[in-house]
Amino acid sequence: MSLSELTASQLLQQLREGRIKAVEVVAHSLRQIDQYDPTVGAFLRVNRDHAFAQAEEIDRRRSRGEKLGKLAGLPVAVKDNICTQGEPTTCASRMLKRFVPPYDATVIARLKAADAIIVGKTNLDEFAMGGSTETSALGRTCNPWDVTRIPGGSSGGAAACVAARMVPLSVGSDTGGSIRQPAALCGVTGLKPTYGRVSRFGLVAFASSLDQIGPLAQTAEDCALLLEVLAGHDPKDATSIPQPVPPFSETVRQPLEGLRVGWVREHLGEGVSPSVLAAIQEAIKVFQSLGAKVEEVELPHARYAVATYYIIACSEASSNLARYDGVHYGYRTDEKAMLAELAEERRVLQQQGKSEALEDLDTALVRMYRKTRAEGFGAEVKRRIMLGTYALSAGYYDAYYLKALKVRRLIRQDYDKAFQKVHVIVGPVTPTPAFALGEKINDPLAMYLFDLFTVGTNLAGLPAISIPCGFSEDGMPIGLHLQAPPLEEETLLRAAHMFQQVTDWHRRRPPLLDRQAVAT
Amino acid sequence: MISLAEIEKVAVLARLLLTPAESQQMTEQLGKILEYMSLLNEVNTENVEPLAHAVELTNVFREDRVTPSLDREMALANAPHRDEECYRVPAVLGEV
Repeated sequence: MSLSELTASQLLQQLREGRIKAVEVVAHSLRQIDQYDPTVGAFLRVNRDHAFAQAEEIDRRRSRGEKLGKLAGLPVAVKDNICTQGEPTTCASRMLKRFVPPYDATVIARLKAADAIIVGKTNLDEFAMGGSTETSALGRTCNPWDVTRIPGGSSGGAAACVAARMVPLSVGSDTGGSIRQPAALCGVTGLKPTYGRVSRFGLVAFASSLDQIGPLAQTAEDCALLLEVLAGHDPKDATSIPQPVPPFSETVRQPLEGLRVGWVREHLGEGVSPSVLAAIQEAIKVFQSLGAKVEEVELPHARYAVATYYIIACSEASSNLARYDGVHYGYRTDEKAMLAELAEERRVLQQQGKSEALEDLDTALVRMYRKTRAEGFGAEVKRRIMLGTYALSAGYYDAYYLKALKVRRLIRQDYDKAFQKVHVIVGPVTPTPAFALGEKINDPLAMYLFDLFTVGTNLAGLPAISIPCGFSEDGMPIGLHLQAPPLEEETLLRAAHMFQQVTDWHRRRPPLLDRQAVAT
Repeated sequence: MISLAEIEKVAVLARLLLTPAESQQMTEQLGKILEYMSLLNEVNTENVEPLAHAVELTNVFREDRVTPSLDREMALANAPHRDEECYRVPAVLGEV
């Protein structure tokens, strides 16, 4: 059996039993990257030498009988908005192209302590703002199932590298669906934990009340393995929850008795493509066949989730991204050119006798900020900063930001009520399978509306998972969304594992792998 | 929904510099998005408390103790313009 057929849990088993070595696993991972990443473009950087050295060290320690961490010898990919000390962390932005963090994110420290091997950093939408990875300023990622389509986003690279079997485990972040949506579109499993379950320390902030780090892998079992390492209280993140972490990797295999599954009428209606609808209905039947009781629940404010989400997320983003000022770190505009330009503007205004405009002219410092940000940020990031600044500005604060916070509570209350009746809510992750590269990039509102099934989860702070549940007629993966009450990751993982025990959607491989394997 | 003049004012607040073409496009796109967001007006939010954080933890304190922090050299390492001990910025006071 080829190494890329094995899940992380199976690889770990073989590593522990001494049947394979960490260097073989890493070598295989790097070969897959060499072979497929020129086409897929999942990685922004690969730490080849370091990964090998680390694998050799782990093999040495194992042969000496030393106690090793929970992920010893497993290659892991990390989204490039998570800080890695001494290694660039770019957020796929010109602004941070040359930024080298002076510290590790807490999740990186945890991965290192678990002896995981970080093989590289994956592509994303710039600052995680987008749903297609097309807003990346540093590279293009495509869907391994059809290279003319988007991989989803913002964790597009994180999902694509698992789908193309380059790594068994991948770490992403999810602010409004950025783990679950690319997982669905690339046919892998991705989990967004409860807000506060995983430390955000060292995750470059987009929307602080919504951001959450989580795992992507082939199976729920593998996500459990990785989540167990990532999760836990961290004094460095004041919003992290001081609760013990269940042994997810052990409990994931325990089937759930008496599972109650809810579905929402609006999620299975208008705007959902027939192939997605059919796959979700089929998935609900699978849960029924496993003994689950299925019933309808209501989320009456779900239709307001996209509007609410984009007001809140952009408001928080406009505040968080104010730090990129060309002073402390990151990109800065050419100062000489900027000063010359400003002097010329002043000269023209003086000549024209426009004293008012002259008074309004930027100071050198303000112009430095503005030009730095104009050149450092891409179009989508600017759009969101503008939207957020507007929503928070005097005169509009109550109408937009405050209103959205109130609707947010109503959305949360809907979930609380629904979860009195059921353990999980199932539905589609996206209304359609992956669309074509370029299809929506010039229509921001259409892009935002694609998030309608995932953003509510973040607004309510809930955990949710996306698992493969079928394919469209043209062969694109479809994801099943399971949402649960706060801190119920265990329920999600167990339910997903039950589903994956009786289905094989998660085992399908993109045709690209077999085609190119034959060709070489 | 939102005027070109408002866009230009927000761009100053946001410390962005937009070209005339960008401002024009931003006016159209933000107008469309804000129009969609007016959907929220149909929700009755009377007597609803705003929810800023899904997990409402309160009073997360730590001990007021001195702990090691980034040393100066590490903090300055990523600065686009610096001298031995400080960040450098364009002149803030007076004519340039």
